[in-house]
Amino acid sequence: MLDKNGIAKRIAQEIKDGYYVNLGIGIPTLVANFIPDGMQVVLQSENGLLGMGPFPYEGEEDADLINAGKQTVTMSPGASVFDSAMSFGMIRAQKVDLTILGAMEVSEYGDIANWKIPGKLVKGMGGAMDLVASAKNIIVAMQQVSKAGESKLLSRCTLPLTGVRCIRKVITEMAVFEVDIENGGFHLLERAPGVSVDEIRNATAGRFKASGMIPEMQL
Amino acid sequence: MDIPGREVPNIYQCINVMINKVVNDAREAIVGITDGMTLMLGGFGLCGIPENCINEIVRQGISGLTCISNNAGVDDFGIGMMLQKRQVKKMIASYVGENAEFERQLLSGELEVELIPQGTLATRCLAAGYGMPAIFTPAGVGTEVAEGKEIRSFRGKDYVMEMAFEADFALVKAWKGDTAGNLIYRRTARNFNPVMAMAGRITIAEVEELVNAGELDPDHIHTPGIYVHRIFQGQGYEKRIEQRTVRKREGINLTKAVDYAG
Repeated sequence: MLDKNGIAKRIAQEIKDGYYVNLGIGIPTLVANFIPDGMQVVLQSENGLLGMGPFPYEGEEDADLINAGKQTVTMSPGASVFDSAMSFGMIRAQKVDLTILGAMEVSEYGDIANWKIPGKLVKGMGGAMDLVASAKNIIVAMQQVSKAGESKLLSRCTLPLTGVRCIRKVITEMAVFEVDIENGGFHLLERAPGVSVDEIRNATAGRFKASGMIPEMQL
Repeated sequence: MDIPGREVPNIYQCINVMINKVVNDAREAIVGITDGMTLMLGGFGLCGIPENCINEIVRQGISGLTCISNNAGVDDFGIGMMLQKRQVKKMIASYVGENAEFERQLLSGELEVELIPQGTLATRCLAAGYGMPAIFTPAGVGTEVAEGKEIRSFRGKDYVMEMAFEADFALVKAWKGDTAGNLIYRRTARNFNPVMAMAGRITIAEVEELVNAGELDPDHIHTPGIYVHRIFQGQGYEKRIEQRTVRKREGINLTKAVDYAG
């Protein structure tokens, strides 16, 4: 089983040189820690920043320079700033190569729920609905099994949806899946170190597909 | 301009003849904002919010307001202060997570809230400023956000129709401005400010530094003065930071992004 950093490390392998990447809050934020040295990756923050750098040194925080999580950040060389409409314009027009976000549930048809739990106070979807509806290449980083032991990879989402038929790749503490949006199903691509196909199958409530030898992740 | 059920402030009649845009302060700037109006407020979190105008609205106790803003401030700052004084009837936002008073009023039914996707929020402002009545966006298709709205298919993909916003006043914050109303924003404090500046029936800009027309390079203007009806140099900006995240100076390999996640 992978911990959060393990999931982030595996996701970082999906990033290619020259990519523009939008990272969501939570595990996706950790992915920045594992981008290989020397790789040119431009991080987009949807409040209007391309070329997000690391956190500022103490004393150098700038109230005018934050990320979508409202944290103080810095800018990398070559950064640019723009307004919110342009920020979502570049997302909608699929200029951002890769979007990484978290989820509470994903269905076998690539539906995603990650913004609202009935009975709990709603905080809002922020940019999540825009991102999942628009991005061509989305990776969901999530825990496959809840603390109560229930699978969050379902045949149908039970929570209010954020987007429909939009998630093609899911990376969890147990596995890497490709989602078959057309026919429905979680297609197992890789196992976390030491996790068997049967364990993964048992932790997948939606339609599960595995064919041939399933390789272990190389971390 | 006819607004049903509401006394028409004189200001609506004099927009087109208002040549001098410069006002002294927030008190002069918000003349004409009355109970029950719809306001747009720029900013993302607490970054780039019109602090002076908000403070003045709180001081005057104008109430029954509908506020269009990405967020709702925090308990004791930004729109949060307007919530504390029960001045907001309805909040239209994409994320309202950091505000305990907001939660309380929402649960008790005192406050109406409409949550809309952030990109939809920005683009509905943009549409208003560009003179377009509506937009088609894929955001929210197939979810509760699109319920009851027109769906159209373009090139095999579904889009939901969302209407351009209409707001009585837009309150924006810029870094620099000139007496012609031209605005320049700084860093990510730009966020919703330019699109809201374009979208208000009357737009009020508060700036950190106000200079004479001609002192800003026309090539550097983000919001042309045509969109700005009143402008003033704000005072005492607090520019509060919501999440202060830093890295330590010692022993850090700059290329390692332990620093990103803190």
